[in-house]
Amino acid sequence: MSRRIHVLPGFGLSLGYTLVYLSLIVLLPLSAVFLKTATLTLQQFWDVISAPRVLASFKLSFGAALLAAAINAVFGLMLAWCIVRYEFFGKKLIDALVDLPFALPTAVAGIALTALYAPNGWIGSLLAPHDIKVAFTPLGVLVALIFIGLPFVVRTVQPILEDMETELEEAAASLGAQRWQTFRHVILPTLAPALLTGFALAFARAVGEYGSVIFIAGNMPMVSEIAPLMIITKLEQYDYTGATAIAVAMLLISFALLLAINLLQGWNKKGKR
Amino acid sequence: MSAAAASLPVHVPVRTHRDYQASPATREASWVRWTLLALSLGFFALFLLLPLVAVFAEALRKGWGVYFAALVEPDAVASIKLTLLAAVIAVPLNLVFGIAAAWAIAKFEFRGKQFLITLIDLPFSVSPVIAGLIYVLVFGAQGWFGPWLQEHDVKILFAVPGIVLATIFVTFPFVARELIPLMEAQGREEEEAAIVLGASGWQAFWRVTLPNVKWGLLYGVILCNARAMGEFGAVSVVSGHIRGLTNTLPLHVEILYNEYNFAAAFAVASLLALLALVTLALKTYIESRQEYVA
Repeated sequence: MSRRIHVLPGFGLSLGYTLVYLSLIVLLPLSAVFLKTATLTLQQFWDVISAPRVLASFKLSFGAALLAAAINAVFGLMLAWCIVRYEFFGKKLIDALVDLPFALPTAVAGIALTALYAPNGWIGSLLAPHDIKVAFTPLGVLVALIFIGLPFVVRTVQPILEDMETELEEAAASLGAQRWQTFRHVILPTLAPALLTGFALAFARAVGEYGSVIFIAGNMPMVSEIAPLMIITKLEQYDYTGATAIAVAMLLISFALLLAINLLQGWNKKGKR
Repeated sequence: MSAAAASLPVHVPVRTHRDYQASPATREASWVRWTLLALSLGFFALFLLLPLVAVFAEALRKGWGVYFAALVEPDAVASIKLTLLAAVIAVPLNLVFGIAAAWAIAKFEFRGKQFLITLIDLPFSVSPVIAGLIYVLVFGAQGWFGPWLQEHDVKILFAVPGIVLATIFVTFPFVARELIPLMEAQGREEEEAAIVLGASGWQAFWRVTLPNVKWGLLYGVILCNARAMGEFGAVSVVSGHIRGLTNTLPLHVEILYNEYNFAAAFAVASLLALLALVTLALKTYIESRQEYVA
């Protein structure tokens, strides 16, 4: 085996520093979660996870995250489309503000959304006469998760849309396709992988989200408690094992779902070839 | 993983909206265009714009006097100091790490590179609450080092070091993930030329690499800083919420809010919202510079 001679120095130093720092800050502490869970028997683990209150929080966290990601996929695609293809007043500003959920601290987003959707808030007071309650219900959780997930979809779809060749659309049109048919059969399949990625990123972020949700959720047991809040609740009762079991379950479920989405995407690509 | 969508765009759009609207093949009927615009702008206004406006409206609801009083109150000042301290420690540490990681990954070939990149991204795919939990498991009373720390009277959890550690964890990948693709795209020919011409490794780094990646570096630092100052979940778990001692700005907002002191809560929150707006403005400026260079 011939060794490539490297002119550049610093490989040992930079890689060594990277590995040590990564291990100290991320890997060692993270391994604590799994080592802690390993001290539980499977029965104990199951008892924590299958408690009705914990199960309800899982259903809410994963259900609301899926729904929010789906809503963001639809409206995020629309917004990206408008930014790329149309001209309108304030477009540059809107394009910049799409990233607001990345930059705005989650606690600030949380109290702002609560103020808007509370029964006496700007939006809440409009909905109250129709008997629609958003703040302090599962609907509030959904609103917060839509807020934090939107940029993931827009920012993954937007560059693909910008780089897309218009020739395909022109070919479709010249062959007699209606605009909707072109969108459905030419544009959407091209965007599908990016859209799915954006959906997956928005979903993954929403499942673990805490700050923007706890203010608007109302945190009623069995109704509007999210899974991360259950971890906090267990910690406040000094039930470290319980907290860890929930954390591991959350990590495993999100990992499995993301893996499934990745496989689906790979399979989708293969089918095209 | 979370910030994947936030990385610096290195491509420049080849078409403008005019190119699409010029041909009937890439244009929609005007009623479709107006409906799409109305729906997406309505959605944008409802979910993004209105919350931002609400922060400032609520902050000033009781007038400027109450607003400024909330900002100069001792607990608020203490929380501002702690937030700045956490960011001042976390950002440079992650900056040095980001540069080291990008140098190793982008300039050299080695086995398991992709795996290493995945590990670096790990903190983004972990819920902030779990990020806090791991430090409780390591440093808490029942944790690995808990008994030892108690014996030696060292406080990490529910004290400033814990807050700093949690902040470092959640902001860990920001700089690295901006620099790695950028330095990979630039290759190593320029540095190799500098070395062959007699420059030392450090000279090549300072005079060649750094000027090449400065905008990407700044981009990563700005996003890293915004997250460091705004982090809530992870810090909340390890803080212990001791007023004036272990409260960061976002935690101070929470305490004020839970005490129904809404005007003060939103006043403090408006500082963080301003920080977010400055972050977005700088980010947009850097992106425009980057497109200009490209």
